[in-house]
Amino acid sequence: MSNELDFLSGRVVAGKLSRRDFLGRAAALGVTATFANSLLSSAAKAQSPVKGGVLKAGMQGGAATDSLDPATWSSQVPYFFGRQWGEQLVQISADGTLKPALAEEWGASDDAKVWTFKIRKGVQFHNGKEMTPADVVATMERHSDANSKSGALGIMGGIDNVKADGDTVVFSLKEANADLPFLLDDYHLMIQPNGGKDNPTEGIGTGPYKVTVTEQGVRLGGEKFANYWRDDRGFADQIEIIVINDPTARTAALQGGQVNMINRVEPKIVELIKRVPGVTIQNVAGKGHYVFIAHCNTAPFDNNDLRLALKYALDREELVQKILFGYGSVGNDTPINKAYPLFTEMEQRKFDPEKAAEHFKKSGHSGPVLLRTSDVAFPGAVDAAQLYQQSAAKCGITLEIKREPGDGYWSEVWNKQPFSASYWGGRPTQDQMYSTAYYSKADWNDTRFQREDFDKMLFAARAELDTEKRKKIYADMGQLVRDEGGVITPMFNDFIDATGPNVGGWVPDGNQEMMGGYALSKCWLNA
Amino acid sequence: MSSPIVKLIAQRIALGILLLLAVSVLIFAGTQILPGDVAQSILGQSATPEALANLRESLGLNEPAYVRYFRWLGGVLTGDLGTALSSGQDIASSIWPRLKNTLFLAFWAAVVSVPLAIILGLLAVRYRNGFVDKLISGLALASTSLPEFFIGYLLVFFFAVKLQWFPGISTVFDGMPFLDRIHAIVLPATALTLVVLAHMMRMTRAAILNVMQSAYIETAELKGLRAFDIIRKHAFPNAIAPIVNVVMLNLAYLVVGVVVIEVIFVYPGMGQYLVDHVTKRDVPVVQAVGLIFAAVYVTLNIIADIAAIVANPRLRHPK
Repeated sequence: MSNELDFLSGRVVAGKLSRRDFLGRAAALGVTATFANSLLSSAAKAQSPVKGGVLKAGMQGGAATDSLDPATWSSQVPYFFGRQWGEQLVQISADGTLKPALAEEWGASDDAKVWTFKIRKGVQFHNGKEMTPADVVATMERHSDANSKSGALGIMGGIDNVKADGDTVVFSLKEANADLPFLLDDYHLMIQPNGGKDNPTEGIGTGPYKVTVTEQGVRLGGEKFANYWRDDRGFADQIEIIVINDPTARTAALQGGQVNMINRVEPKIVELIKRVPGVTIQNVAGKGHYVFIAHCNTAPFDNNDLRLALKYALDREELVQKILFGYGSVGNDTPINKAYPLFTEMEQRKFDPEKAAEHFKKSGHSGPVLLRTSDVAFPGAVDAAQLYQQSAAKCGITLEIKREPGDGYWSEVWNKQPFSASYWGGRPTQDQMYSTAYYSKADWNDTRFQREDFDKMLFAARAELDTEKRKKIYADMGQLVRDEGGVITPMFNDFIDATGPNVGGWVPDGNQEMMGGYALSKCWLNA
Repeated sequence: MSSPIVKLIAQRIALGILLLLAVSVLIFAGTQILPGDVAQSILGQSATPEALANLRESLGLNEPAYVRYFRWLGGVLTGDLGTALSSGQDIASSIWPRLKNTLFLAFWAAVVSVPLAIILGLLAVRYRNGFVDKLISGLALASTSLPEFFIGYLLVFFFAVKLQWFPGISTVFDGMPFLDRIHAIVLPATALTLVVLAHMMRMTRAAILNVMQSAYIETAELKGLRAFDIIRKHAFPNAIAPIVNVVMLNLAYLVVGVVVIEVIFVYPGMGQYLVDHVTKRDVPVVQAVGLIFAAVYVTLNIIADIAAIVANPRLRHPK
């Protein structure tokens, strides 16, 4: 019984259970209100950080082919490890606002074309050198070099030049961008000594942990950096990431106590994991979403009525329940949800066989529609396609499903074939999301949504520093994508992580899985 | 040792080398027809065309295949396996720790499973068609019929999650104390043992039973030798060739066939290393690992052949 009370009081402190529910539950267990209240306050005390110990995470998304060079990162483990040993100029917080990190403050010129960042003083790299504005400039140069292989090359494209000026670094842009500071939170853009130009894989940053173990695809480890500049993170003496790509092994490692936290708990086993004593499911709504993408410029999908028919023929609620087991929310055929700043609610599109049949008839198309899917498109993508096939059949639309091999899906099917399943991880701002995948000339415009009016609105919003006006433009853009775009968004998926007993300090942060990517730095081990 | 044996052995080795060469061609050709593109796989879904083009250029992916084959073969023969495309590391030095781990696990699995299989096989023959024989055969066949991932998960569930005797993930690393290492690999080694046991045990039993039909066994029985002595002294030595064969086959499996077990137990061996590089289209690494696996397989088979030759008295004592 006391185990259960301890657990419940922990849940209250973690914000998972209301105080009222806790007292009710405690009474049911035969405990007086006074005693229950005292339990609560001791649980809250236990929430003050505890230093020391080795905090371990078991994670999917690492391979022997990973590297310490931030420019090469595209998967979860190297990126997550990087968040512990390196830092950017700014940092997006759990509520979506931008907080200072290696830049103390920043501001824009009136036309949003020149941005000035004041660089923090007295911050040390792990090699003992002090971080300077010159290092910031070198970092930006390395990731924006046309010959660079950096994953940040795309977002650096709009920057004309970066110069150091005394304590500040000045970014001059080719076109106005009100969101520039958000771009600089990108995980590739960690500030390194001389930008990492001398030795890209040396693994030197300014983060709370310095790199001590790099067995890529197996184990990554860090040790507390003694001269770290702030004290709100870096509580454990050592951190370790063990790469466990098999979901069953990952769960077993958490249950067996070999790791303190894991990422990517499969929705279908969440209810089972919840019953394990000491294990807490940490789920948070994010910006990531699953999509069916139709090319707006390829027959038969070049007909908006057909696209609308396909949109109405999808039972989103069913997919959220059966694919995400409720750990997510329905999508509305745009890439944007309420997790984004400046979001405006629109009427929710629902499964409507009559409208679907009506638009299908109007489109003049007959015969089956081929949808390509794969295990790797998103978790449950093959099942989702089959559910889609059944709901479409109710509208008189024949969906033909082709299951593609996972190997090569991203190079051969996605962004090549006219109708396929895929996912998006979400971006910090609406501008970034739309620029990446909906701007006419974007490389990953995977729905071939090419609309001049949309592009114009995109640029106008980007240059607009007035928040209300920007919000209105984004609302119009969302409406356009919803009603005329090629993206069919069944659902936004939650990030589902889990922590073991004794992990303190976890707060929901939907920017990324594992507490926005900072779980190992910001959590601690209760003794 | 007389000349027919030396000649036969030399032939086997020459054949092995030829086989390896043929395998190297196959491996090279096979990796050329994989779908997809290295650069795309390295940079992932979020790669820009510029970055892709730059990477492709710097990786030398634009040259003809035969040029790349001979350059690669030349390198391999001089001990240079090249550098990994994805991480830029020297392949030989990054494979070595993984190979060491795989051999470590295979060695301990073999130390347990081979004597166990042979002893169980001998026991099964001694008590043939009786209760003991049926029990041994039944259990061994049952463990071999279960898919290895299922055995793995069962072991994890009972011994790592429920009883917590052994860790469910077998992460080993350099500098780990020997006993910790052994403790970490208990579960995967057990799983492997269960997978390979039945094959070797059944083969031992069958080979010896075959010999037991011979006239000289009857003679031994008539001499009044005890049943187990007959098996040990007269039957087993004459059945050794097929037994060595099947043991070697299983040893090879312990090295080259453990991908699934490695994934389940998160064991940092060659299997996981290979899979990681296949998904990244890291062709030089895939080729190197393929070649190492082929070499292990061919070598063990040569050893089996040689053992069979040496164990044959007619070849050892020619007229």
